[in-house]
Amino acid sequence: MKTNKYALKRNLIAFSFVVPCLTGFAAFYMLPTLRGLWYSFTDWDLFNKAHFIGVQNYIRLFQDKDFWTAMKVTVLYVLLNIPAQTILAVLIALVMNKAAHNGFISGILLTPWIMSNVVVGLLWLWMLDSSVGIVNVLLRFIGMKGIDFLTSTSAVLPSIAMINIWRNMGYTGLLVFAGLQSVPKEIEEAAVIDGAGPVRKLFSVVLPYIRPVMAFVLITTVIGSFQIYDTIAVTTRGGPVTATYVIYLFIYKNGFESYKMGYSSAAAMVLFAILVCISAVQMKIMKGNESD
Amino acid sequence: MMSKKLNKSDISPVLRLLILAGIGILIIVTLFPFYWVIRTSLTMNSRIYVDAGKLLPPSPTFINYRRVLGLVDATTSVALGGTGQAVNFLVNLKNSFIVAVGVTVFSTLFSAMAAYAFSRLHFPGRDKFFYLILAAMMVPGVVMMIPNFVFVRQLGLLNSYAGVMAPAFIMTPYAVFFLRQFFLGVNKEIEEAAYLDGAGLYQTFFIIILPLMQTALVTLAVTTFINTWNDYMWPLIVGKKNEIRTLTVALGVFRSQTPQGQPDWSGLTAGTVLAIIPALAIYSVFGKKIVNSVQFSGFR
Repeated sequence: MKTNKYALKRNLIAFSFVVPCLTGFAAFYMLPTLRGLWYSFTDWDLFNKAHFIGVQNYIRLFQDKDFWTAMKVTVLYVLLNIPAQTILAVLIALVMNKAAHNGFISGILLTPWIMSNVVVGLLWLWMLDSSVGIVNVLLRFIGMKGIDFLTSTSAVLPSIAMINIWRNMGYTGLLVFAGLQSVPKEIEEAAVIDGAGPVRKLFSVVLPYIRPVMAFVLITTVIGSFQIYDTIAVTTRGGPVTATYVIYLFIYKNGFESYKMGYSSAAAMVLFAILVCISAVQMKIMKGNESD
Repeated sequence: MMSKKLNKSDISPVLRLLILAGIGILIIVTLFPFYWVIRTSLTMNSRIYVDAGKLLPPSPTFINYRRVLGLVDATTSVALGGTGQAVNFLVNLKNSFIVAVGVTVFSTLFSAMAAYAFSRLHFPGRDKFFYLILAAMMVPGVVMMIPNFVFVRQLGLLNSYAGVMAPAFIMTPYAVFFLRQFFLGVNKEIEEAAYLDGAGLYQTFFIIILPLMQTALVTLAVTTFINTWNDYMWPLIVGKKNEIRTLTVALGVFRSQTPQGQPDWSGLTAGTVLAIIPALAIYSVFGKKIVNSVQFSGFR
């Protein structure tokens, strides 16, 4: 009986450690997620009473040309960003692994990543300016034609992808590098003894071995990439025309400029669902590795 | 640390040269934009076009910094290529500091308490709660953005520091997850000894555990500070008034003003450098911890 009372008291004290955390979690994570789901089934406009309208927001969303534009632009951006960034990251990791186990160099390569997207966006807005940006000044200096990096519909999305690759390549490179450290020397040596060249060794021994790390890298970068907003908000704001009108911009504009809270929440939920599917695929890849 | 010096025997000289060249290019590509923005911030607007390709700042000056810190009167500011609107990034710097420090101190403390409980203490539903928090890491920020905005508005906290800090003030799922990983590695015997000596849970936590976890706590605090410092979308919708605007938001506003059909490049780059300096200062002190924590997530 006495021990029970003692255990109860200890439980209560233990629980008091998580009370602030659970309160914050409930107020700013759990309830908002549920509320967001609820809003997505209403016609709420922030000022008038909300009415339940079933799945109408979702139906309208799928008929909304702007939504599809935003989806298309976002997916295109992810496709421009991720493959290039991943390949660069693997190259950086290999170089670091071969030659530079040097904290100082890693530190430099990570610098852009600790800067805000706003800062990075502004750095490159200035560097890539059509008339006075240094990149165009240099291009013209070597006799090439200048490029309207951020003001032409065809160049702008690759340019934004380039900006984010610049910011993130050191970070993803370091993640892959950490993964490479976990590859046992014996496995690599065995591959060399079996006559595998460096390229063969990379693709059939090293990369498969670090598959969990690669999956982690891909999932974080893909998810992050789908959520691009800040960089575009301070550079092109969706333009020229709709060339950088990504899904976050769609959600922001509908929610905070047109006050269509219900409609905007529905779009956020669709994005959520897409990201959950992508994560599920990643889990599968990681599971696949365990059974090897 | 895990340093393995360049091994001459297993790389050919040509490959070694290529690798060194690759590293050189990477470093230049990484650092040049920072140099270029500093160089421009030291250049007058009137020289920007004429001297667009000059590698060094033509007649370097700090006037742009004085201008964006509100130390120059409106007429002079217009003459130097500004909008003439009152710009005072000093206020925004202060706001960013208040918000970032507030969030860092409190969320680190509360997250540490929770992480300790989730890794060490026993109470009903412990693991269920933890998995719920883990699951929340999957929810994209924008899903919670509108409801959080509405909630903060209902609390009457729009345009206040409290409102800007609110969502991350008590905890972030990442912080709890990150710290729990470290708490799991703490030697149980140390706590048990303290406990047998009659120390209560709170005493054990604050006197024994927290000092032991210094490295992890500092790493998390630094990451939290930088993340909050860098945040844009949330302070943008909650702190619209200039007295509350953080520096990132103020920079966004400044960028959208185009006095001569072009942004005020000198002022904008000076403001950008002001935003870079604190992040860089912290990074140069704690860089190693950040590099290690990135590698830690790569090892997972």
